[in-house]
Amino acid sequence: MSVQITCKNAALGYENRIVAEKLNFTVSAGDYLCILGENGSGKSTLIKALLGLKPQISGEILCDHQGIGYLPQQTVIQRDFPASVREIVRSGCLGKTGLRPFYTKEEKTLADKMMQQLGIKELEKRCYRDLSGGQQQRVLLARALCAAKNMLLLDEPVTGLDPRAQQELYEQIAALNRAGTTVIMVSHDVTAAVRYASHILQIGKKKQLFFGTTADYRNSKIGQTFLEAGGADLE
Amino acid sequence: MNKLQVLADYFIKYPFVRYAFIVGLLIALCASLLGVTLVLKRFSFIGDGLSHVAFGAMAVAAITGLTNRMAIILPVTMLAAVLLLRTGQNTKIKGDAAIAMISVGALAIGYMLMNLFPSSSNISGDVCSTLFGSVSILTLKSSDVALCVVMAIIVLLTFLLFYHKIFAVTFDESFAQATGIRANTYNLLIAVITAMIIVLAMNLVGSLLISALIIFPALSAMRLFRSFRSVIICSAVISVICAASGIILSILFSTPVGATIVAADMAAFFLFSLIARCKGTHA
Ligand SMILES: Nc1ncnc2c1ncn2[C@@H]1O[C@H](COP(=O)(O)OP(=O)(O)OP(=O)(O)O)[C@@H](O)[C@H]1O
Ligand SMILES: [Mg+2]
Repeated sequence: MSVQITCKNAALGYENRIVAEKLNFTVSAGDYLCILGENGSGKSTLIKALLGLKPQISGEILCDHQGIGYLPQQTVIQRDFPASVREIVRSGCLGKTGLRPFYTKEEKTLADKMMQQLGIKELEKRCYRDLSGGQQQRVLLARALCAAKNMLLLDEPVTGLDPRAQQELYEQIAALNRAGTTVIMVSHDVTAAVRYASHILQIGKKKQLFFGTTADYRNSKIGQTFLEAGGADLE
Repeated sequence: MNKLQVLADYFIKYPFVRYAFIVGLLIALCASLLGVTLVLKRFSFIGDGLSHVAFGAMAVAAITGLTNRMAIILPVTMLAAVLLLRTGQNTKIKGDAAIAMISVGALAIGYMLMNLFPSSSNISGDVCSTLFGSVSILTLKSSDVALCVVMAIIVLLTFLLFYHKIFAVTFDESFAQATGIRANTYNLLIAVITAMIIVLAMNLVGSLLISALIIFPALSAMRLFRSFRSVIICSAVISVICAASGIILSILFSTPVGATIVAADMAAFFLFSLIARCKGTHA
């Protein structure tokens, strides 16, 4: 399988303060990578580096930037921005339009399909800022799904979703992954991570703690400690 | 009907009335289109800030004794506008603070230079002309009109061609960039056409009027409409209607043109706020 992302000895940080270093992993087409780690360990920073939004301090990150869908952890959108749900979801298709000034029929249908899937079709004419937090999250997810032709990068996608929506979302992402889309997801939900992901990357204080397949992770010492902690959490 | 007769007479007899009408409407249209983006990017006061930059540039031009002041003022103002707008959302200093810094700084430096090198020229007259327009909208020449038409066409075309990208970049720059839209290029594009229009309009109709034309239609439209497209369309319509009625009223009642247009825009804003209040769509 073709390699889509290579991360070689990369160090990430802000203004020369290193957040995470010695990151080494590869992602091949069709993989489902779950990134685990405590708050502040640099997961979101890594996602931004993969997207090319935040250059790494040293090392090498190779990533094909074509057809990537992205769900940020936090989107700072101005309180008074007038934008309808439909306008936002469709804007996910813009990466493909090139210089064409309008959306094609297929792009509109794709946006409709994604809104349908995420159960926000009836909200399509509503203004984004008038929605609840979970509804806003679904809108941004639908936008990311529209953009994800090859790869989907999700930074804590289930935050703010109700349990059923969380479950549905995991299933949808898994279905997309089965259909061939590479998925990279940041999550704090270890149980879901080992259930759905094919690979796990765990980062800790400043360094990479684990990278490998999910099966290896289950058998590793660190994976077992983490899973027990996560499992205890659930009960 | 007497008034209408007067109006028709004006239009038929005096070309400058027609020029003022054309230029006024075109600038109003462009300013309102850009205004929505500028207000959302927190650059409402850019017209005002740039007029102070123009003042600073003018002081420099005065002490260097250049005869063609526009040769300094135009590029400096354009440069300031591009510098302000180019960086987009991911800046350390946000739009309002950046504008305040640049405008206060330029004002201070201009004033200091004027005092250090007192020149004979009429600076206060020049300051007045940056605020209210150096030519005054009723003394436009046909070359001004031609320039304005060209600029308007550029702005309209850019808007039509890049409308969706402008939306995406204004709404969420990081996402746009992540999905492969060249956010910086579009920011630069917006910056350049905004700078062009503001500098041109500042020269023709004054920075007070251009500030009003940027702010009022966008805010009025945002009172009532909740999607980007409807806000843009509504803002353009309001702006053109207000500019037209402002010019007509100013001819009929011989009031100052710029101020009358601003008054019309304010009236529209209060009308829209009232409707929004009645419909209960706005908190
Ligand atoms: N814009 C920024 N400027 C400076 N430091 C930052 C910035 N953003 C994040 N950091 C720092 O970088 C570190 C990693 O942040 P990051 O957002 O990547 O963590 P995370 O793993 O995503 O955490 P969480 O689980 O809370 O989302 C943190 O220590 C944070 O303080
Ligand atoms: Mg994070």
